[in-house]
Parts: sequence; C-alpha cells; structure tokens
Amino acid sequence: MKTILWAVLMLIGASADAEVNPQIFGDAIVAPLTERPASAATGEHLFVSRDSGHCVLCHRVQGLDAPFQGDIGPELSDVGDRLSPGQLRLRIVDSSILNAQTIMPPYYRRENLHRVANAFEGETVLTALQIEHLVSYLSQRRSGVP
Amino acid sequence: MRLLTLAGLWLASVGVAAQGNEGSVISPKEQPVSGYRFLTPETRALQDDAFANPGYLWVAAGAKAYQTSHGSGSCVSCHGERGMVGVASRYPRFDEEAQTLLNLEGRINACRTKHQELSALAYESEELLALSSYVAEQSRGLRTQVNVSAEAAPWLEAGEEYFFQRRGQLNLACHQCHDQSWGKMLRGDRLSQGQPNAFPAYRLEWQSLGSLHRRLQNCETGVRAEPQALGSRAYLELELYLVWRSQGLALESPGVRR
Ligand code: HEC
Ligand code: HEC
Repeated sequence: MKTILWAVLMLIGASADAEVNPQIFGDAIVAPLTERPASAATGEHLFVSRDSGHCVLCHRVQGLDAPFQGDIGPELSDVGDRLSPGQLRLRIVDSSILNAQTIMPPYYRRENLHRVANAFEGETVLTALQIEHLVSYLSQRRSGVP
Repeated sequence: MRLLTLAGLWLASVGVAAQGNEGSVISPKEQPVSGYRFLTPETRALQDDAFANPGYLWVAAGAKAYQTSHGSGSCVSCHGERGMVGVASRYPRFDEEAQTLLNLEGRINACRTKHQELSALAYESEELLALSSYVAEQSRGLRTQVNVSAEAAPWLEAGEEYFFQRRGQLNLACHQCHDQSWGKMLRGDRLSQGQPNAFPAYRLEWQSLGSLHRRLQNCETGVRAEPQALGSRAYLELELYLVWRSQGLALESPGVRR
C-alpha cells in the first residue's frame, strides 16, 4: 500500500507532459495517461523500433515482423487475454510497483534512478502517448486474433 | 590453443541452457562459463586461429614495443623474453608501493613512469593496447587467480556493490543480465555471464581491439547510464570483482567477440 501511494505521488510529480494524473487501483492504472487517441499500429511499430520502445529486446510476439526477439520476459502473443488495458499500462509505466526485483525497465518514471546518462536525465523512456499506443497494441494481442 | 578448443567442446556438450526447469540459474561464481561458449562456431574459429585472429596484430605490435629501448631500458631488459608468463592471471593486484589497485594497464604504466622515465600511456591508446595484449597473451590458457585479501578487500567489496546496483534510465544492474539472465536471448544476443577473461579482446563491432573497461562502458551506455572513465577507480573495483568471480576460467586474450 505504502509503495503504491508513493508511486502515485511520484507519478503525479513526474507527469509534466501527461494530461491526466495516473492513479493506481489494485494492479492497474485504469485511466489513459493522455486523452489523445492511441493507435495499435503505432504501438506495434514502437514495440519493435530500436530507437523507442524496443520491447522485442526481451519479449516475443508471434507473427511480428521482427527477427531475433528476446526471451528474458514472458511471451506477449496473447497478453490481451490475461491483462486488461489498465493492467498493461501499470506494467509498462513501472513494473517494480508489483515486483521490486523486476528486470523490466520502468518506461514512465523519472525518480529513483541512478546515474542516468546526461542525454536522458529527467526524461521518461517513453511519452504518455507512446505508452497508450503500446497499451492499445498489446490489448489486441489475443488468442485467435491474427 | 588445443586446450581452449577442448574446453569449448566440453562446454558445448554441457549445452547452452543455463536455466533449470524452475527458472533457477546456475551461479557464474560457482560455475564460470567463458563468453567463448556463446559465440558462433565461425567466431570461435577466428579466435582459435592465431593467423586469422585480428587481435594478434596488436600482440605483434606489443612484442615490438616490449623490445624497444627508450634509453632508460626496454621491458625485455628487465623482464626477459618470456618473463610475462602468468602475470596477467594475477591482475588486478594491490600495489604496496603505489598504495592502490593496479590492473595490467596500470602496471605497465607504473613501469614506464618508475623504471623507464617515460610518460604514462593513455588508456585505449594503440601502444597501451599493444603492450597489454602482448602481456596478456603470454597467460593464454592459464587460470585467473587474484588476491582479494588485506588491502584488496575493500576494492572487491565496492566492485561487488557496483555489480548489483541498478543504473541508467533502464534501471538495470550487471547482476540482472549476467547472473540472472545468462543463457537467455536479449534480442539477437545470447547473454553470457559477462566474464572478463577474453580482454583485451577484438570486438567485431569495434573493428578493433579494446580493453575490458571499454566493454564495460558499452554495457553501461546500453542501459542509458553515464559510463565511468576508462581506468577509473569504479572500473578497477569492478574489474577486481569480475576477475574474482571468474576464478578458474582460462584467460583467452586476445579473445574475439561480436
Ligand atoms: C530488459 C528486459 C525487458 C524489456 C526491455 C521489456 N520487458 Fe516487459 N517484462 C520483462 C520481464 C522480466 C517481465 C516479467 C514480469 C516481472 O519480472 O516483473 C515483463 C513483463 C511484462 C508484461 C506483463 C506480462 C504478463 O504476462 O504479466 C508486459 C505487458 C510487458 N512486460 C510489456 C513490455 C513492453 C510494452 C515493453 C517495451 C516498452 C517491455 N515489456 C520491455 C522484461 C522486459
Ligand atoms: C541489459 C543487459 C546488460 C546489462 C545490464 C549489462 N550487460 Fe554486459 N553484456 C550485455 C550483452 C548483450 C553483452 C554481449 C553478449 C554477451 O557476452 O553477453 C555483454 C557483454 C559483457 C561482457 C563481455 C563478455 C565477453 O565474454 O565478451 C562483460 C565483461 C560484461 N558484459 C560485463 C558487464 C558489467 C560489469 C555490467 C554492469 C556494469 C554489465 N555487463 C551490464 C548485456 C548487459
């Protein structure tokens, strides 16, 4: 509870470019981080792109047009079956809220990091809108849906 | 050379899988595995063939520099022809006189300034890479063993702490990739245990030979952390920890890596 409260405060403090303050309920951030419309197609691009999300470093999605996908994290081909958009959002924002030992990087956190390279100092890895694109893409990864 | 090939074959028979059924990972400290094991057969062959291995260009340049007299004597005038056998396997090492930890590069520079009246060579300069790879090559096939007691102990402790500290915008520690995830795929790279035994090594990505500290900077940049300076105290501490962690592994310098 304490960590969750702390996380909420931290996110509010950090979300200068977010149009909505993210609030955590259970293991989810229910409300989108921004009201701007998200696109699953852009999300797919971000998931693969080396210069942005590059989630394929650690995750596999079947049928994705990307050679050499990593296997450090769980496969996400059907992740939409097991996680709601709000649950996906929280895990991308900062998985350490659920698992302090996680290997998954926090994509929307600025605080409590150590020796961040000068070029990235004070910035989140992804923007609020980029996270919404990814949430949109991943919630459509369901069994039986191509 | 033959020994290394045999070691490679043995490891191949052990299998790449580092993960047990329950996702438990064999500890690199208990069972160190060389990065050689994670290379393609072509890259291994390149490392094993002294004529094809590009690292030997630096070794040859180092052999020449070792013989060169600067008026104040040459390396060979003090140490003899094969005087460097086994030396690299004992470094980094606490130096009583300098009252600091010296790695091989630091030791070479100490000889230059103390005994040869020369200036210290810059880290990653061609001449220092040549000399350090020449000296390291003479310990090829020998097992690493470093002294981590007495004055070296706090250096080891600090290095271990560094290894476990998350850093960078991606918030990852060396431990998470090289203890917890070795054997798994990070995109196209199969993660090794991050062992130091190939260095100075020729990296295909660099198109050059480089030091261990340069490799460490690459890992840190990868997690978007501000890297430490080459030869810095932080990297010397980390190097001591890595070599201690690799205890028993044979030195491979000049290794060839992706
Ligand atoms: C360095 C490795 C790494 C990277 C890069 C990474 N993840 Fe993860 N991810 C993990 C691990 C490991 C887990 C397992 C959960 C844990 O350890 O807390 C995970 C879990 C997840 C989950 C929950 C899956 C489930 O079934 O519960 C989602 C969703 C997810 N990641 C999405 C992403 C997205 C989107 C990106 C890129 C923006 C990304 N990940 C980048 C390592 C990574
Ligand atoms: C995000 C994952 C990641 C992190 C964190 C990381 N590394 Fe690496 N490291 C790699 C990859 C990928 C390679 C190249 C393939 C391999 O050998 O594993 C590598 C290679 C190495 C090598 C060369 C091994 C060889 O045989 O060529 C060393 C040494 C090393 N890492 C040490 C470290 C240290 C020390 C840290 C912390 C300061 C660190 N790494 C942090 C991913 C990582």
